[in-house]
Amino acid sequence: MALNSKIPNGSLEKKWTDYKSTCKLVNPSNKRQIEIIVVGTGLAGASAAAALGELGYKVKAFCYQDSPRRAHSIAAQGGINAAKNYQNDGDSTYRLFYDTIKGGDYRAREGNVYRLAEVSAAIIDQCVAQGVPFAREYGGVLSNRSFGGTQVQRTFYAAGQTGQQLLIGAYQALQRQVSLGTVTMYSRHEMLELVKIDGKARGIIARNLVTGELERHFGHAVLLCTGGYGNVFYLSTNAMGCNVTAAWKAHKQGAYFGNPCFTQIHPTCIPVSGDHQSKLTLMSESLRNDGRIWVSKVKADTRKPGDIPEEERDYYLERRYPAFGNLVPRDVASRAAKERCDAGYGVGASRQAVYLDFAFAINRYGKIEVHKQGLANADQGTIRKLGMEVVKEKYGNLFEMYEKITGEDPYQVPMRIYPAVHYTMGGLWVDYELATTVPNLYALGECNFSDHGANRLGASALMQGLADGYFVIPYTLGNAMADEIRNKPVPTDHPAFVEAEKLVQSRIDKLMGVNGTESVESFHKRLGKIMWDKCGMARNAEGLKEAITEIRALRQEFWNNVRIPGEVGEFNPELDKAGRVADFMELGELMCMDALNREESCGGHFREEYQTEEGEALRQDDKFMYVSAWEFKGESDFYMHKENLEYEVVHPSQRSYK
Amino acid sequence: MEHYNMNLTLKVWKQKNCKTKGAFETYQVQNISSEMSFLEMFDILNERLIAEGKEPIAFDHDCREGICGTCSMFINGRAHGPWHQTTTCQLHMREYKDGDTIVVEPWRSHSFPVIKDLVVDRTAFDRIISAGGFISVNTGNAVDANAVLVPKDDADDSFAAASCIGCGACVAACPNASAMLFVSAKVSQLALLPQGRPEATTRALNMVKQMDQEGFGSCTNIGACEAECPKGISLENIARLNREYLGSVFTGKASS
Amino acid sequence: MNWKQYFNTSIGKKLIMATTGIFLIVFLVVHCYINAQIFYNDGGTRFNEAAHFMGTNFVIRFVEIGLFGFLIWHMILGLALYNKNKSKRTAYAVNAGNKTSKWYSRSMALLGTLILLFLVIHLRNFWAPNRLSTLTGGEELPLYNMMKEQFQQAWLLAIYLLGVFSLAWHLLHGFYSAFQTFGLCNSRYKDMIRFIGVAFSIIVPIAFASMPIAFFLHLLN
Repeated sequence: MALNSKIPNGSLEKKWTDYKSTCKLVNPSNKRQIEIIVVGTGLAGASAAAALGELGYKVKAFCYQDSPRRAHSIAAQGGINAAKNYQNDGDSTYRLFYDTIKGGDYRAREGNVYRLAEVSAAIIDQCVAQGVPFAREYGGVLSNRSFGGTQVQRTFYAAGQTGQQLLIGAYQALQRQVSLGTVTMYSRHEMLELVKIDGKARGIIARNLVTGELERHFGHAVLLCTGGYGNVFYLSTNAMGCNVTAAWKAHKQGAYFGNPCFTQIHPTCIPVSGDHQSKLTLMSESLRNDGRIWVSKVKADTRKPGDIPEEERDYYLERRYPAFGNLVPRDVASRAAKERCDAGYGVGASRQAVYLDFAFAINRYGKIEVHKQGLANADQGTIRKLGMEVVKEKYGNLFEMYEKITGEDPYQVPMRIYPAVHYTMGGLWVDYELATTVPNLYALGECNFSDHGANRLGASALMQGLADGYFVIPYTLGNAMADEIRNKPVPTDHPAFVEAEKLVQSRIDKLMGVNGTESVESFHKRLGKIMWDKCGMARNAEGLKEAITEIRALRQEFWNNVRIPGEVGEFNPELDKAGRVADFMELGELMCMDALNREESCGGHFREEYQTEEGEALRQDDKFMYVSAWEFKGESDFYMHKENLEYEVVHPSQRSYK
Repeated sequence: MEHYNMNLTLKVWKQKNCKTKGAFETYQVQNISSEMSFLEMFDILNERLIAEGKEPIAFDHDCREGICGTCSMFINGRAHGPWHQTTTCQLHMREYKDGDTIVVEPWRSHSFPVIKDLVVDRTAFDRIISAGGFISVNTGNAVDANAVLVPKDDADDSFAAASCIGCGACVAACPNASAMLFVSAKVSQLALLPQGRPEATTRALNMVKQMDQEGFGSCTNIGACEAECPKGISLENIARLNREYLGSVFTGKASS
Repeated sequence: MNWKQYFNTSIGKKLIMATTGIFLIVFLVVHCYINAQIFYNDGGTRFNEAAHFMGTNFVIRFVEIGLFGFLIWHMILGLALYNKNKSKRTAYAVNAGNKTSKWYSRSMALLGTLILLFLVIHLRNFWAPNRLSTLTGGEELPLYNMMKEQFQQAWLLAIYLLGVFSLAWHLLHGFYSAFQTFGLCNSRYKDMIRFIGVAFSIIVPIAFASMPIAFFLHLLN
């Protein structure tokens, strides 16, 4: 099947307007007859379910958590971008579009990204109307900050809990629809299969995670809003339950997987403390606005950070990238940290960390305060005390979190940080309408591959999730559903449902039947190690080939030796996890294949063979300016389709932060 | 910070489902690092139980960074354990020393029936939000975000109330199993913003009605909820909810 | 919602507890003021005058009915809420105890019951015989002398002190709690209300306690 991205014709600025004016509509009485399934209730899912419910569709929403409010969008800290230009600092839809395309290292579609930038302003309006308590200035207007090294202040935020506030806003809109009866909520339910009838997505098989029962649900269309697959690395900043299962089942039913190797490694996370580590915690990127990153110039230095004199410290980001310094984009900062640690300059007991030091910021702010308060001849102690107060005001909650986790006081000793898997730019391939290659199956938010190219800018994930859910899908879904008004709901005793349920049942029986000796967790850790070592921050052909072989062997071992305690017909988290890890093992292989295929370095994908003499990423625009969309053919058998990216407005150039 | 290892005795509530009776079971855990989180200690124990062919302990958890509100353990008599304003997942083992005994129970409230072991059903909170914890604005209805100015103090107070993570520690900690802190946080968040004012009274009445229907106890201003809230939600929110309620008694406006 | 519905919710019931509680607090002030007349040490002249006024004034008589109504309402509703709240969960094996809340805040029903027991004795000793006498057409009883006489008994003094002690702790929570229920405990008034509450809970019970003690120690003639 040839890929058709369905980008509307016309100039960039008019594409979405034209689309909205000409797409097909469904009249209100018909909407009530159309059933929509939404899987996942994060920003994309909750906003889509709410918006579609408001329009009058009959929506069923599913989440694996105990409440839709718990989806991992909640953990986003920094903020949400929007081209409002409230600061009069030169922002515009075009600039947000341009920054996103450039930040994504020219691997995203112009049409999609422009639309994202275009609807971004309406997101802020909507959220404010819903009661999201964004930070404000004394005059009562919204406050903005700059984020991730952009030149304009376009990030809206609610302290360090922007994701939480936006998600709760969407969740409330969703619960409102639940009370109005337009949305039925199924929490503690996990989608385990996509049901297709005559080639179209027509429903799902979901497992009730409390009772273990399998349920059949019909939908005229199915929306996957199931987030990213960072947990394939075992250790990531994702929640423990984040998984690829729903998307992977869809992939195996014909939905192509776009750019699976594009993963984002976030530079500022709390480092691993030991083998017991179950997840990694992000420290907001905003810390890099004031913290300086350094390691010792001496290899394997065992001195305490305070004992290392200034001239023996290597501020490697400032050294390598004088123009952007500590504020280089995420992918660059992460790789630089890895380079130092690999070269033997890492700090802390594990040697897999670098310092993020606030001593300078404390001193600088202290001096400003002293000046403000007119304290001439203030001693060093006073300066430090006043400076600490300022830093506390700005980052207090992050410092507290760091201290809770590590037991170290970051006001006294520099933070130790290390990069960690954070976001996956890849995902189900979708066209302009967010439709996958399976008719009537859609993918929204992090679940799809669009918009962020090979690297996502800070504060853009929240924007994309809400844009897809509130402002894109209501139009594009209507365009497709207009043709469905004559189709009555299919009873769930239809053979396709029976067949799909059987498939799920047999997979569960197979898992339970292995009865081996090794826990699911142990397999997951082993998979994560392969992925992190060989398909992580830096990749090479040899390692990727090894990884593919190792993953295949591990998968074999898993299906022969996994042990799942408990029963099928009860609350059984081990069984839930087993299904997810089984899917990760298949996805991991595809990620390595994609990384192997992409013989260039771009964004979050760094192939060691393709770098400049200074160790910077080297794109191969002539060969790889395309989206790789993988079709599932059978076990370990994937076929790659190419969607060539055509840049009509932006001219791709080498990203330079020097 | 010096790291150390410890051996501990755990007494954990085991209960097959909401229909059966539960009981404590005692486990010994060895070589627990002071750097582990409380839940990682449970991971280690569960791994061992699985290896021994026993059933692991079921507990709720997801983000493990203190924001999703899923984790919920009652540890030695304290909701989310002894640390101030900290969820269970952020509690770390350096709190304990070698030889300690730790008793772990689920949130106990008839409105939060036990699903299994330490996992409880908190959907009552979702139904309370459904009853009115929102602003009735459809997508696309919004005016420009800066069209309505919001005093910074109000926005800050609203944010403080909105930082509730819906974990249910307030209910767990309250001797009356009351959900007032949770309900008042939502009522306050929205009542403090001009966008939420038009339906502030209706919202308060409807949410309180639903809260009662769910079978939560009534608030007697004991204050354990505030002391145990991992996000530091203030009792002032309860005062505000009472005020909203009292206002509607006087005016008779807003009916359900 | 109609009135009944308003006061039938958990907050509605709280409001009733607070309103009746505040009324009882006001009563305490009046009662304390009248009784403090004994400290003029004039052989009970002023006290008896005040008692006479209270016992015969039409308005006061009317309010007294309300007082009893509110007292009974406060009691019955309080105990009903206590029972209902107890039924909301099975008990924990380990409790936080005083780490997260004050013992007296958790023990309002117990303290209230102790006050009730004290009240029964108190009313039986003074109020009931006096009312009975006037209602049956007799004279008002010499209350001052009755006090003087009765408070010579150490056991009765002990009961009074226990009653007043319970009252102090009950007030310590109840006073602030009532204002919290009326929604007045915001950041502006919170500390002030707490201060007044604590002061009230100390001063009024001490004043009450000083009366039987004064008689017992023969400090009044």
